[in-house]
Amino acid sequence: MPYIPHTPDDVRAMLDAIGADSIEDLFDEIPAHLKAAGKLDALPDGLSEMEVTRLMNERAAMDAGAVSFIGAGAYQHHIPAAVWEIATRGEFYTAYTPYQAEASQGTLQVIYEFQTLMTRLTAMDVSNASVYDGASGLAEAVLMSLRANRKSKSRKVLVPAALNPRYTSATKAIVENQDVALETVPFCQEKGQTLIDALKPHEGEDFAALVISQPNYFGSLEEVDALTDWAHANGMLVIAVVNPTAMALITPPGEWGEQGADIVVGEGQPLGVPLSSGGPYFGFMCCKQKHVRQMPGRIIGRTVDMEGKQGFTLTLQAREQHIRRSKATSNICTNQGLAMTAATIYTSLLGPDGLTNVAAHCHANTQALADKLTAIDGVERAFTAPTFHEVVLTLPKPADEVLAALAEKDVLGGVSLAKDYGMSNAILVNATEVHSEGDLDLFAVALKEVLA
Amino acid sequence: MSETQLIFQLSHPGRSATSQAPKALSDDKLSAIPAHLRRKQKPGLPEVSEMQVVRHYTNLSSKNFAIDKQFYPLGSCTMKYNPRGANRAAMLPGFLNRHPLAPESHSQGFLSCMFELQNFLKEVTGMKGVSLAPMAGAQGEFAGVAMIRAYHDARGDEGRTEILIPEAAHGTNPATAVMCGYKVREVPVGKDGDVDLEALKAACGPQTAGLMMTNPSTCGVFERQIEAISKAVHEAGGLLYYDGANLNAILGKVRPGDMGFDVIHMNLHKTFATPHGGGGPGAGPVGVSERLLPYLPAPMAGQRDDGSYHWIDTDTLDTSIGHLSAFMGNAGVLLRAYFYARSLGREGMIRVGEFSTLAANYLLKRLEAVGCTAAYPDRRASHEFILTFAKEAKELGVTAMDIAKRLLDYNQHAPTTYFPLLVPECFLIEPTETESKEALDAFVDAMAAILEEARTEPDRVKEAPFTQPVRRLDDVKAARELDLTWTD
Repeated sequence: MPYIPHTPDDVRAMLDAIGADSIEDLFDEIPAHLKAAGKLDALPDGLSEMEVTRLMNERAAMDAGAVSFIGAGAYQHHIPAAVWEIATRGEFYTAYTPYQAEASQGTLQVIYEFQTLMTRLTAMDVSNASVYDGASGLAEAVLMSLRANRKSKSRKVLVPAALNPRYTSATKAIVENQDVALETVPFCQEKGQTLIDALKPHEGEDFAALVISQPNYFGSLEEVDALTDWAHANGMLVIAVVNPTAMALITPPGEWGEQGADIVVGEGQPLGVPLSSGGPYFGFMCCKQKHVRQMPGRIIGRTVDMEGKQGFTLTLQAREQHIRRSKATSNICTNQGLAMTAATIYTSLLGPDGLTNVAAHCHANTQALADKLTAIDGVERAFTAPTFHEVVLTLPKPADEVLAALAEKDVLGGVSLAKDYGMSNAILVNATEVHSEGDLDLFAVALKEVLA
Repeated sequence: MSETQLIFQLSHPGRSATSQAPKALSDDKLSAIPAHLRRKQKPGLPEVSEMQVVRHYTNLSSKNFAIDKQFYPLGSCTMKYNPRGANRAAMLPGFLNRHPLAPESHSQGFLSCMFELQNFLKEVTGMKGVSLAPMAGAQGEFAGVAMIRAYHDARGDEGRTEILIPEAAHGTNPATAVMCGYKVREVPVGKDGDVDLEALKAACGPQTAGLMMTNPSTCGVFERQIEAISKAVHEAGGLLYYDGANLNAILGKVRPGDMGFDVIHMNLHKTFATPHGGGGPGAGPVGVSERLLPYLPAPMAGQRDDGSYHWIDTDTLDTSIGHLSAFMGNAGVLLRAYFYARSLGREGMIRVGEFSTLAANYLLKRLEAVGCTAAYPDRRASHEFILTFAKEAKELGVTAMDIAKRLLDYNQHAPTTYFPLLVPECFLIEPTETESKEALDAFVDAMAAILEEARTEPDRVKEAPFTQPVRRLDDVKAARELDLTWTD
């Protein structure tokens, strides 16, 4: 019996204590005809750890072996060995929500440190303990902006078309049930940026917030100061969606424009969390101090115990579902504790210079990759805006065909923009510090062959 | 135990974990980034050595209770053993390095696991379709209620504005209903822990979109009138939502689909033994009956006639409620659940419900024998049960909170306290199937000792804990004088 410790003697003794003849007797309050006896036949027989491990080894090996240049919201980075060795210690891995604060000071202090790290990366005042991922974090930020923007009565938010389309679709799926509408702001086809000109038609209109993505989905850097000031001048809050690695190099949202962004969210995965097919990642969420009571999710505060000693505890719980029920800021109950713990360790290990160097190598490698690929006939940069660590290239052939041909050579050459943007010959490519010169050359050689 | 300094207090300018980052690049490599977009001051991250980081977080970990260290009987949380093998399997390089947007040609291993997991979950719940996309129980709830809404909307049935919820329900249920644009009407629960059926019937009407309920309920008992409830809600045109918080109690014994539920969510971090990780990540797959199949959240794994696997996404399932995350949910958690399901198999799955129920009923009887008061003494416990300390609070001034804190001194994690709200001074206790009889007996001994202390030296209980890294914390100060980030 995997993981069940009871011997036949134990079972007998336990049933005797209960006063029952059999385990089946314990289910005597369930109507007999509802019982599932014999209905689980489609389940296979149980396997030993060795057998399941062998099976999953085979499965995992099927997906390995390619060199990938796919980014689009999830990025390959070197993860120091210490990060997951520590994060998967049983004391972190098998603890739960720190409701008993005295017996959870480890997790609670890690969250407090995480909150501090995120505010320092983004130059914001406060942070929560994380939400599910970047995309659902944006949905929470949109809902939060409706509560926080007291001047606006609108249930609409402006969202750039150059935002990761997966963020837009997840946000829609989550907020539309509450009659919240997202209005799209087109991007400049030449620059690959969101320009003030595109916002002009909305001047004087009532929106709760403007979303600004830095960098945007195309890897382009937006003119964030002008966009932020425009939004504030028009009574909107600014929701920044940022890449945390880029924060080491790029102006953080707390310093955008005259007043800075009001709410900041993003995908935390680049901070020490493996790609792992899309999760578990974590969304970070920061805001200005004055909006903290509108922020969803778990928040940890520093306080003292009855002897005056420093300690950490869940705070502002009056926002949360277990207290406020139907009036809570969100239905979220958890954070992505383990991934957030990993990110705290990662960020501490990298430090300010380490993270800056990672960001710089990502940028430089992507520039080098773009140079190598655009040296091939017919391959060009699609946009003129400066980029961080991703770039859109146009190809002389349909992107989907090219990517499939590259995959046959075990080169995963980025993401096609055909479906999401109707740019049938465009691909979005990324390189990070993990890509060697040889990797970049491999891509260039393969692409040249495929296009020949 | 001494105060652990914050990582920021260990920082010294110029120190770093040198082997972890690439070398600095000359600034001309960054010339493509316009100066006005560059960060002016480097972020205030700690400057520490690799060993300092490792030692700091290892020391912090020692300040946690955890399943790997202690009995952890949190009610409705199913703190069972998390197999280490599942963690190792999920962290195999082929899984860890797979990009979520990798082409299907490079995803067959992962997709095959997801496809099989969907089928296993269908089988154990008796539902017709499963999506693994929701990232936690609360998101599963959201997906479930959003599907109920999509169903009514598709039929043009627009007058349904209300979700019914038993008053004992978890707080996420009403919060979720509101996130999906519904009003909430609470339904009373009777003295025996079952829903007040007459009140429920009276609450049903053309405004009813659905009912959300947990069975066994958060009262720790099986809802015996489930079929009558199902009939009443369905006759009013509403749908029935199953909150899978307590699925562990009935795994292999009863299936939500057979009870008449239209949509369910499962908490794989409970029932399928994936780690709680200090508060996440979880995974909250949803299962549906036939009529809700078109609305399942994307993406899902599908299989072609040739045996190969593919994604089912919104381009082919355009009635789906859509995506709930950037990619496909908490894949790594799903792989751990897949490991667990393969490891248990059919026989093991049936034993989960049996042995978790055995453990709970044994623990309840033993605790009653040492003087604890059961909230529902005439009922069978499910996989969990409720004790009330209303008498101790009134006569001795010792509350459920005090007893919970004192348990920590006995090296036992406290059960869930003050939930459900309708039972005063309560503990909700869930031992799970993976705890040995000796572990259960040790908990009984601790409780007996604490009840004795409550009578003879109540201050030992009221001022507990004494053995933890900190004494009771000043939560009022924490909320009034907000200190959410460290200032150097």
